[in-house]
Amino acid sequence: MWDYTEKVMDHYRNPRNVGKINDADAVGVAGSLTCGDQLKIYLKIKDNIVTDAKFQTFGCGSAVASSSILTEMIIGKSLEDVKKITNKDIADQLGGLPPEKMHCSVMGYEALEDALKNYGYQDLDDLREPEKAEKIVCTCFNVTENVIWDAIKQNGLKTVEDVTNYTKAGGACGRCKSLIKDIIDTYYAKVKSDNQLSPTQRILKINNIIETQISPELQKDGGDINLVDVKDNKVFVKLHGKCSSCKNATLTIKRFVEQTLKNAMDDNIEVIEV
Amino acid sequence: MIYLDNNATTKIDERVLDAMMPYFTDEYANPSSMYNFSKKASNALKEARGVIKDFVNAKDEKEIIFTSCGSESANTAIRGVLNYNKAKKHIITTKVEHPCVLNLYQTLEKQGYKVDYIGVNSNGDLDLEQLEAAITSDTALVSVMWANNETGVIFPIQKISEIIKSKSPETKFFVDAVQVAGKIPMNVQEMGIDMLGISGHKFHAPKGVGALYVNSKTMITPLIIGGHQERGKRAGTENVPYIAGMAKAAELAIDSLNYEMTEVKRLRDKLETTILKRIYNSRLNTGVANRVPNTTNIGFEYVEGELILLHLSDLGICASSGSACTSGSLEPSHVLRAMNVPFTAIHGSIRLSLSRFTTEKEIDFVCDKLPEIIEKITAISPYQDELAALKKLKNK
Repeated sequence: MWDYTEKVMDHYRNPRNVGKINDADAVGVAGSLTCGDQLKIYLKIKDNIVTDAKFQTFGCGSAVASSSILTEMIIGKSLEDVKKITNKDIADQLGGLPPEKMHCSVMGYEALEDALKNYGYQDLDDLREPEKAEKIVCTCFNVTENVIWDAIKQNGLKTVEDVTNYTKAGGACGRCKSLIKDIIDTYYAKVKSDNQLSPTQRILKINNIIETQISPELQKDGGDINLVDVKDNKVFVKLHGKCSSCKNATLTIKRFVEQTLKNAMDDNIEVIEV
Repeated sequence: MIYLDNNATTKIDERVLDAMMPYFTDEYANPSSMYNFSKKASNALKEARGVIKDFVNAKDEKEIIFTSCGSESANTAIRGVLNYNKAKKHIITTKVEHPCVLNLYQTLEKQGYKVDYIGVNSNGDLDLEQLEAAITSDTALVSVMWANNETGVIFPIQKISEIIKSKSPETKFFVDAVQVAGKIPMNVQEMGIDMLGISGHKFHAPKGVGALYVNSKTMITPLIIGGHQERGKRAGTENVPYIAGMAKAAELAIDSLNYEMTEVKRLRDKLETTILKRIYNSRLNTGVANRVPNTTNIGFEYVEGELILLHLSDLGICASSGSACTSGSLEPSHVLRAMNVPFTAIHGSIRLSLSRFTTEKEIDFVCDKLPEIIEKITAISPYQDELAALKKLKNK
């Protein structure tokens, strides 16, 4: 038996906004009969505000609950706000979903995205981001690279199993598992390179960590520390007061200063006392 | 609560519990011990072996090995035969076996065995021609379930045995009888079975006890090595209370076989025909196949199985589903896929399995409530056009 929250149970028992809007301004679809779940969402939109939403779902309890709560979340909202909704928001609104059921919330997100796309709504993010690939990664469940990428980004997914729980990709024949692994690796490589700082930014960040996290701790013991120089991964520091004559100084530097900097920056940092 | 999931597990008969109790309390001796105190325990074991021998119609008590569960029975038989004669590397089984043997065969494939998986038709009946063609002199083992746990479809065990013996007399025949024990008569001698596994909790004994029949002509290497128990075929101090309980359950099952095959069948048929009549988007997944008397597997088109189970559960009705969503595996039941159940119905298939404790009142309640549930779920399906067409077709 799944560990469904009261909210999930309430929504599959008494789903809100069920049905079809015949003169809908936007319709979005996600999933398929063969895959075991499908969601259709119908929107009425006036002056960029969602004035009504209805859904039809073929799927399990969490799929119905995700669809139902999604309609509640978007009615009355501007398209700008609706566009910001992620699968995680849907799951959070339900008080959480079992990991194996997260793909139901992703289905809600996909149907919503599909509806907005069909309506022709684009926000700044869409314009900034390069053309998203519609390449199918998982042929069993027709999951695109785009969907996997969004799921990783919105939920911080780390493993292939996570991706399967959230998107179903890799859940049947498993042949696409290495492709999924590649997408995860590419995503985190991109995150890392996005986070790369210029040399000046890096020195400022190290100095900031020393001043706010390390120095106050040393001051408690009557000592202090300041940054002298940064060369590649080598961080040169000078110790003052009690610290400078303390026999345990080396130990202090190695254990505390270095670890603090490693945690905040990266594992290659080496601290040298001058 | 209305319990219609007896193929998953069953309620312990109170008479079974009564038969077990003395061996938890006063008669706790180790049956192997050399004092008078152990007499009752060792007698209980001996008697139980006799009852299980009669239950499966074996020739000799020595052919019965007590185990901890159906999976252990299957593993002991399969690995036991293969390890005893390592020269033969070919195994034949079916696509619809229980995971407890299917996963074992997948493991054995990785260890160098060649396994042929025999298919079934849309009723769930086994392709005997394919089976016959697959048997060679290198075939160590043919392994076929007597009845399928999801559909209740009975396989022609005697016929399969005849095919095996005529093509390769040396090949051993293992039958997973977990789903027939207590539902139809079992006769290992008449059927020509070399090894047969059963599990207590499927016929009103507790979980944690099973038995394996191995005929005197079949040699196996034991899986659990240790003491001399079970004639060296399965080490470990015998679980006397559970074995006594399973024997009592077998006795009761023998007595109620007739009831199972008439009254339980009548209730199952009533449930089935009423559902099929009242719900237009329902289909019997097994067609005309020969089945155990307690099981029905019905598909509901354009609705999803887990949601049916959740709504049934809200009314206190326990059933199970071959849908992907219930198992968390993302793929629907391997049994229904092997049968090519249409994709419109495979995700909405549920299994209802009765027992001798099921009452007519309970069946009537389910017959009343299930159509309401299906109607409610059908109403939110995105396939309204398809459903309307289906309804029109049925009403013609």
